[in-house]
Amino acid sequence: MTALKIEQLRKTYDGGVEALKGIDLSVDDGSFFAVLGPNGAGKSTAIGIICSLVNKTSGRVEVCGHDIDTEREAAKANIGLVPQEFNFSVFEPVESIVMNVAGYNGIKRSVARHRTEHYLKQLDLWDKRKVPARNLSGGMKRRLMIARALVHEPKLLILDEPTAGVDIEIRRTMWEFLTRINCDNGTTIILTTHYLEEAEALCRDVAIIDHGEIVEQGTVNELLSRSMMETFVLDVDSTAKARAVSGFDVRLRNDDSVEFDVPKGTALNAVFQTLTDAGVSVSSLRNKENRLEAFFLRLVQSQRDESQDASSDSVRLGKES
Amino acid sequence: MMARLMAERVAFMTIVRKEIRRFMRIWVQTITPPAINAILYMLIFGGLVGSRISEMDGVPYLDFIVPGVIMMGIIINSYANVSSSMFVAKMQNFIEELVVAPVSNVTILAGFIVGGVARGLLVGILVSVVAFLFTNLSPMHPIVTLSIAILTSIMFSLGGFMNAMFAKTFDDISIVPNFVLTPLTYLGGIFYSITVLPEFWQSVSKLNPVLYMINGFRYGILGSSDIPLWHSYAVILVFIAVLGATCLTLLNRGAGIKQ
Repeated sequence: MTALKIEQLRKTYDGGVEALKGIDLSVDDGSFFAVLGPNGAGKSTAIGIICSLVNKTSGRVEVCGHDIDTEREAAKANIGLVPQEFNFSVFEPVESIVMNVAGYNGIKRSVARHRTEHYLKQLDLWDKRKVPARNLSGGMKRRLMIARALVHEPKLLILDEPTAGVDIEIRRTMWEFLTRINCDNGTTIILTTHYLEEAEALCRDVAIIDHGEIVEQGTVNELLSRSMMETFVLDVDSTAKARAVSGFDVRLRNDDSVEFDVPKGTALNAVFQTLTDAGVSVSSLRNKENRLEAFFLRLVQSQRDESQDASSDSVRLGKES
Repeated sequence: MMARLMAERVAFMTIVRKEIRRFMRIWVQTITPPAINAILYMLIFGGLVGSRISEMDGVPYLDFIVPGVIMMGIIINSYANVSSSMFVAKMQNFIEELVVAPVSNVTILAGFIVGGVARGLLVGILVSVVAFLFTNLSPMHPIVTLSIAILTSIMFSLGGFMNAMFAKTFDDISIVPNFVLTPLTYLGGIFYSITVLPEFWQSVSKLNPVLYMINGFRYGILGSSDIPLWHSYAVILVFIAVLGATCLTLLNRGAGIKQ
């Protein structure tokens, strides 16, 4: 079954900005799906349309088989949203915020009370249940929005940059929680994030949006396999000796480490052998950058280059005519 | 279908509960000022100035102003409750909690309006208690009194909702109460019968919708009115129909809420 199906979705804002240029997307039931893209790519607009916060210009969206235009309530009942910005009453106590949203979703108070307790405990907010939301820390506010989004137990949970501004420890805890929700409850999760390490660690499937278009889509492994080069960092006892080896472009990083590029899939034994022959001792080896991040940056850059080429072509054509 | 209706009922009750809890949490700002105002009106216009005015429409002046003072509290508080609650929900974006939930726009509107009516009537009861300490009045037509109070409160709650939908700044939700509602209320016959006005100004006064509400309410309490009772009901019901339809259309479009 498909948790989310988008067909030819377009959005042009009043000012004429074309935020989405006819995207197609399909997210399988039970998937953990990342939507990546630079700022202004159209990610939040797409999420806004799915959740009825933004009116679409054209196209079709189905949530768990329900069309958002013709079966609005049924579609909404299946969605839990954790937006980018805090959007709760800062004067309300934590417990009331979650209880109210349960009520808006038609959940009786007795059941809502039980679920509120369950999710606030799961997200380590139970002790804060009587505290007005304005008194929570940034990380707690994010967790409150997750509890609120789950209280009606939706089949599709959408998180728009849920770990933005959250410290590493809380981020890891949130990752574990989301993974558990996905694996144990079978909740489909769609996540937008700027932390590509997060997408690589959590998600099985990825779509990359740029300039309102989906420029890549597939599993994380599929996308990574298209990445041609990898950069490794070596901590060595002599950077001078390491840089002198032939056959590899070894660059100096600092007094203790160097880096070099190899085609993806290359066995590293030859590199180590060459360094050993040159009398270089290697104390550690690591990837220079997050692999998905490298892929993402190269892809976005190539899109930029293509669009610049296209615009300069059109300028030239304009001059000639 | 039945499950959907049950869900809508739970959502409606949740909105109403939240709205009532909101104005009760800040009762010092929302409930006490109208009571203090009522005491001042009774003392100044009823006791001090009123004692020098013999009668208005055949009743003691203090008795004459009581229905208008009560109605003024109902009108202003019904309007203010919905306009400020809805506007803050828009500004802090927590209106999105309702927009993304599977709840119909009719239920959202009804929830906010009942919240406004609850505050309007609570203030009305409080002002009545204060007013009746100064007089020996009791409503001559209780059903008329109650129905006019509820319908007027619904009408101004709808007005407050519409104002909040259009408002972009806090100024926008204070302009209508200060520059439209207050003058219309004061000129709507709280302190005088329009029969004391020249004929031309009597005709002009009849263009003021608040006149029909105050006179309808006055009929319920005193049994006398400048306006036929059915005119009062007709005007209020027409306004409710028009404002209700407009608010629902705005909600369906997502005006001021959706991009």
